Amino acid sequence: MTIIVTPKAGPAKDIEKDASMVKQKEMMAAHYDRLTNVPQTGEKVCATFVPGNLNELIMCFDLVNNLPEVNAIQSGLRRQSGAYVLEAEKIGHSEDVCTYVKSDIGMMAKGNIGPNGKKMPDPDVLLLSYTGCFTFMKWFELLREQYKCETIMLHTPYMGDGKITKNMTDYMVKQLKEEVIPKLERVSGVKFDIDRLRENLKKSARAEDDLVRVLQSAKHKPSPIDAYFGGIYYIGPIFGAFRGTDDAIDYYSFLRAEVEERIAAGKGPVTPDGDMGKEKYRLVVEGPPNYTNFRQFWKMFYDEGAVVVASTYSKVGGVYDLGFRHDPDKPLETLAEYCLGVYTNRSLPMRIDMIANYLNEYEADGLLINSIKSCNSFSAGQLLIMREVEKRTGKPAAFIESDLVDPRYFSAANIKNRLESYFQMIEQKRAGGRAAA
Amino acid sequence: MATSLNGSKTSDIVARAQALFDDLSFTSARQWKAADPSRKVVGYLPIYVPREIIHAAGFLPLGIVGGGDQLEVIHGDAYYQSYICRIPRSTIELGVSGRIDFVDGMLFPSICDVIRNLSGMWKMMFPNVYVRYFDVPQNYRDDIGGSYYVNELAELMHDLGKLRGKPITDDELRNSIAIYNENRRLVRELYEFRAERPWQAPAAEAYLVLRAGLVLQVEEHSAMIRDYLAAVRNEERPRRDNCRVVLTGVFCEQPPLNLIKSIELAGCYVVDDDLLLVTRWLTADVPTEGKPLENLARTFLHQSESTAAKYEPDLKEKGQHLVRAVRRSRAEGVIFACPSFCDPALLERPMLQHVLKDAEIPYIAFKYAENSGQMQPIREQAGTFADSIKLWSGA
Ligand code: SF4
Ligand code: SF4
Repeated sequence: MTIIVTPKAGPAKDIEKDASMVKQKEMMAAHYDRLTNVPQTGEKVCATFVPGNLNELIMCFDLVNNLPEVNAIQSGLRRQSGAYVLEAEKIGHSEDVCTYVKSDIGMMAKGNIGPNGKKMPDPDVLLLSYTGCFTFMKWFELLREQYKCETIMLHTPYMGDGKITKNMTDYMVKQLKEEVIPKLERVSGVKFDIDRLRENLKKSARAEDDLVRVLQSAKHKPSPIDAYFGGIYYIGPIFGAFRGTDDAIDYYSFLRAEVEERIAAGKGPVTPDGDMGKEKYRLVVEGPPNYTNFRQFWKMFYDEGAVVVASTYSKVGGVYDLGFRHDPDKPLETLAEYCLGVYTNRSLPMRIDMIANYLNEYEADGLLINSIKSCNSFSAGQLLIMREVEKRTGKPAAFIESDLVDPRYFSAANIKNRLESYFQMIEQKRAGGRAAA
Repeated sequence: MATSLNGSKTSDIVARAQALFDDLSFTSARQWKAADPSRKVVGYLPIYVPREIIHAAGFLPLGIVGGGDQLEVIHGDAYYQSYICRIPRSTIELGVSGRIDFVDGMLFPSICDVIRNLSGMWKMMFPNVYVRYFDVPQNYRDDIGGSYYVNELAELMHDLGKLRGKPITDDELRNSIAIYNENRRLVRELYEFRAERPWQAPAAEAYLVLRAGLVLQVEEHSAMIRDYLAAVRNEERPRRDNCRVVLTGVFCEQPPLNLIKSIELAGCYVVDDDLLLVTRWLTADVPTEGKPLENLARTFLHQSESTAAKYEPDLKEKGQHLVRAVRRSRAEGVIFACPSFCDPALLERPMLQHVLKDAEIPYIAFKYAENSGQMQPIREQAGTFADSIKLWSGA
């Protein structure tokens, strides 16, 4: 599951002026260049996952972070993922399994060309941060088979009982100390320096503060941001290769300033077609987006005046709005707590609580679930989530289905119909509310 | 008709196992519980839980592996999208329809995200039931994964003691470990016997006998295996000109009984499989001396089955368990039968197939659901496979 979107050409003019967008574009381009220049620079590459991404630690070993989920998203946005998925199925991968994996494997089979048009490097180490998703384990076993490189398992126990126990953090800290760090030292040839880790963590926390301000700005009416479609851009740097860097601090401080300006000006979110019109519906969204038709999907919302004020997908790489910050005073424990707390590692009752609270705190009109065929981690149980949230909040919920990067599962007409009737349902609910008042 | 040492006929034993299999209301477990008000039943899903701890509390561990092809799923489908496997929906059906309303606790092992999430759903839907997501380590060092696991086991032991109203003692646990060691030895004996003479213990029969172990008291199940082995050893059954295969991928959602039968009817003796792994997850006896939780943990870490839900830290070892199963059982090929939409089985499959290819072991693959009705395509595929194996071995 993951994020990071390179802002693409084509948005309205005023967006291009935003310092944060320019900054993000530069950061992403530089990162992909750094990755594809590895044969020249001799830098080593560590592949890992967004949930449970230990960027602060990876940087301690001068390794370049490569996130295959992000590459799959890039392929989705560039409409290449469909062919990659087919390629993977052709070489024996089942049509039933997660399309992120197949997009990645298909991309490798077709030459592994990155978004900058250059060949992506082979990883020197696979950091299997096994957090919140079963597929991750098989994905990196599959990559290990291909690359035959060092593979490090970091097992994050699941928060089945809705709590983090000492046994869980002890287990994770021990894995970090005894397995992850020594192996990263060996691969990189760089000695671990805990003070360097502390520095990185300090920087993470600063950026996280600003990110939370941005996400919570959606409590304003109108919301100055879209916390799902726009949110995917906002979480890019912090969920990806930039958490713990000065770049991320700068990006989030620009972004925060821009969002505050929008609030002061009474403006709604920026969309690919410029400022959104009047805010008519405020939604909470559960589940990942579709990337193959991302713009078309988003447009179905902003054309109707629907803004997403909170989303769970923007929490897959870390849940910060409930208070967690990376803490330099307990560097290894904090990495453990970070992994344990990511959204997909939370029990179903925790997810229900979180969503119901969002609906209330962000004064949303209802919940929309985008159920993703690929993703059992998110999707198994969503129908119960929907009913339970409806019951608790009394607000209407709707259910649509698509896939992350497999274009075969995006039916624009079906989704549009469903959304239209959902907006009508919200209207009716409002009319009912007014009549009752 | 062959009989066992105590006189039971094969057909009677199999009929009893079949009746237990067919009974979707778990009458035998209900009766066991009703016989004494202090008794409790703790259910568990695939793939592995330490049943010794449940047994040590004096409870009945009850394996829940879905609803099979006879259960009409009325409510369960309302909880799942079409692209999710069938076992969680039929398990919900068992719950919602009251068929397992006598169950006091449910354990959901860490096999995949579907069963993981089902643990949370169960908490919401059945708030009076003790529900635990049973996590196991993916790190196999005693001082890391081992100590984590010992603490998890201790928590489970504590919780079940609370459910009983009296803590479980180490001696109780040691006693249960010994009883389960015996059961696992018998299960292994059954597997060895079948690998040796598969015509004497057809796969569907062996499966039913094994499956009875999910609902019976372990002592009773051990007796059943013993009786079955004695009965079939005494009997000469017709031997067919079948090839020998290992069946794999069937570790969670169960294939319909007809599927297992169809494979043999099509010309393939199943000489090993990964059905109901809980019955033989630990591949060696757990020591009965010393600290029982440490013993359970150590055996889990170092002497347990390999399967898709488990991380294999060593690339060279990946998939070798399957090659070993083929060699051990002198199989001539492998049949991959995977539940539709099963991430663990289907993501694992290509890796296992690469290993088999390297070892020059032929295989075929198909998917099923627990309620698949159409066996014709499977029969044809297995039949062609059997023919081609015979052709190769004749060449
Ligand atoms: S199953 Fe879901 S969380 Fe896991 S890799 Fe696929 S999309 Fe991401
Ligand atoms: S059949 Fe596969 S996907 Fe379904 S619950 Fe079992 S292991 Fe999980």
